[in-house]
Amino acid sequence: MGLIDEVIKGNPRAAARVMRLIEDGVPEAREALKRLYPYTGKAYIIGITGPPGAGKSSLVDRLVEEFRKQGKKVGVVAIDPTSPFSGGAILGDRIRMQRHSTDPEVFIKSLATRGHLGGLSKAADDVIQVMDAMGKDIIMVETVGVGQAEVDIVKTADTTMVVTVPGLGDDIQAIKAGILEIADLFVVNKGDKPEADKTVRELEVMLDMSPPREDGWKPPILKVSAIKGEGIGELMEALQGHRKFLETSGRFESYRKDRVAHSFENLLKDKLFYMVMSKLKENGTYEKLLEDMFTKRKDPYSVIDKLRCQCILDLENN
Amino acid sequence: MGGTERKVKILVAKPGLDGHDRGAKVVARALRDAGFEVIYTGLHQSLDQIVHAAMEEDVDAIGISILSGAHMYVFPTLINMLREEGLDDIVVFGGGIIPTDDIPELEKAGVKKIFLPGTPLEEIIEWVKENVKPRTVSL
Ligand code: B12
Ligand SMILES: Nc1nc2c(ncn2[C@@H]2O[C@H](COP(=O)(O)OP(=O)(O)OP(=O)(O)O)[C@@H](O)[C@H]2O)c(=O)[nH]1
Ligand SMILES: [Mg+2]
Repeated sequence: MGLIDEVIKGNPRAAARVMRLIEDGVPEAREALKRLYPYTGKAYIIGITGPPGAGKSSLVDRLVEEFRKQGKKVGVVAIDPTSPFSGGAILGDRIRMQRHSTDPEVFIKSLATRGHLGGLSKAADDVIQVMDAMGKDIIMVETVGVGQAEVDIVKTADTTMVVTVPGLGDDIQAIKAGILEIADLFVVNKGDKPEADKTVRELEVMLDMSPPREDGWKPPILKVSAIKGEGIGELMEALQGHRKFLETSGRFESYRKDRVAHSFENLLKDKLFYMVMSKLKENGTYEKLLEDMFTKRKDPYSVIDKLRCQCILDLENN
Repeated sequence: MGGTERKVKILVAKPGLDGHDRGAKVVARALRDAGFEVIYTGLHQSLDQIVHAAMEEDVDAIGISILSGAHMYVFPTLINMLREEGLDDIVVFGGGIIPTDDIPELEKAGVKKIFLPGTPLEEIIEWVKENVKPRTVSL
């Protein structure tokens, strides 16, 4: 009762507690999400991705400042990697966001990937839901410093910003290999460095050479300096531009419908997996199957093909 | 459906103008390598910032590193502020340049443990494992 109502009222302490349930995968988290769901869908979600040290956090700090000037309530989800060796993590993105760290209308949450691949954390989408339900207008999501394949953020964000910096050598090449497709906006940060213009030109050439996007959007390239606060106004306009594009083209809604389908399918996969596994694990069937596959008496493909789930779809109560 | 995995979360913070951050960083890294999730907020934190970060990140403990001599102000004030915010179930501990004579008073104020220079990192990790558990949450 108490905690959920408080979240809906925007109480940060209550929200923090619910987020913790989600992060730790505690069963009550699901109850919380059920009750928060009707209050979600209002926030605009901006993804920020790019190589380690590109200045993502510093840029988020600047954007928070701009959105606050507009009177918007802001949430930030900042993700850092979990060490694969120890399972521990150092979450340091807050260091660059100190100016907003006591603003009651800004909520900053650090998440560790906890083994999740793709640049986000398993809890990220649900934590975003909590921020949405607590009334944040804008939610910015900083991914872990990505290589190439970590592009989960597009499925989560309305607008995805790819941040790069001059002087990373082959980095532009690396961007090509998959991140290019996900950027609604390119940001060349550290524009205070002399080589920045060269990076901008390289990006321009690369974009010119790549085929036009299916949705017809042409991603702009922005040179900024998060440190000096230069180019931030233009970046805000570009963000607004993409938002307008989504809204006037009807994509805003269709993408969000896709997102509902995506998250439902993920939940469904989890549920089916859980149902089948718990059945298999009854009476030691699972161990026996594993042993049979290990000794080649059975092959995994046939085992799967022979699975017949007596799965009773009770859709009536839905 | 996914498994429950409760992890201990610790905020490591450097209050005030004290610029000695080696100890804080070494301890943060050691805690990470022991499997804890550490939020490190950098230098020059006001007590307000520390309390706010602890609340948002829902940490189980706050580890203060202080070598400036301001510990007799910092620790009791912080603990009072946490109490006012209803966050008094957060364990407060720390280390740095702190005269042994001051420790009993700090403990009386609610500091769980102080580690002095030269403490082996394993000793800190062992203590955290023993004394810091994920805080309970209920809906
Ligand atoms: C290195 C050093 C510096 C470096 C700091 C570099 C850096 N980025 O950290 C520099 C040269 C910049 C520096 C500057 C100054 N320093 Co200085 N410095 C030291 C010195 C020699 C070592 C500190 C250190 O890094 N130790 C290594 C780390 C790993 O140890 P540690 O921090 O003690 O941490 C251990 C424990 O204390 C504990 N611990 C510490 N933090 C935490 C946190 C948690 C959560 C836990 C669980 C445990 C824990 O665990 C750690 C592992 O055992 C000490 C003397 C000394 N022997 O301690 C003086 C010392 C701390 N400095 C001192 C002074 C006075 C200064 C200056 C004011 C000097 C000046 N007049 O300019 C300036 C102030 C700078 C500032 N802005 O604050 C004094 C402080 C006196 C006091 N508090 O009463 C000391 C004690 C020297 C002295 N004997 O006078 N200093
Ligand atoms: N010269 C210059 N340095 C910058 C700029 N923006 C950020 N930096 C510096 O770059 C370093 C990394 O900045 P962060 O904001 O932490 O970068 P990040 O992309 O969030 O890093 P990770 O989260 O670790 O991947 C810091 O030392 C910043 O001070 C900029 O515009 N110009
Ligand atoms: Mg960062």
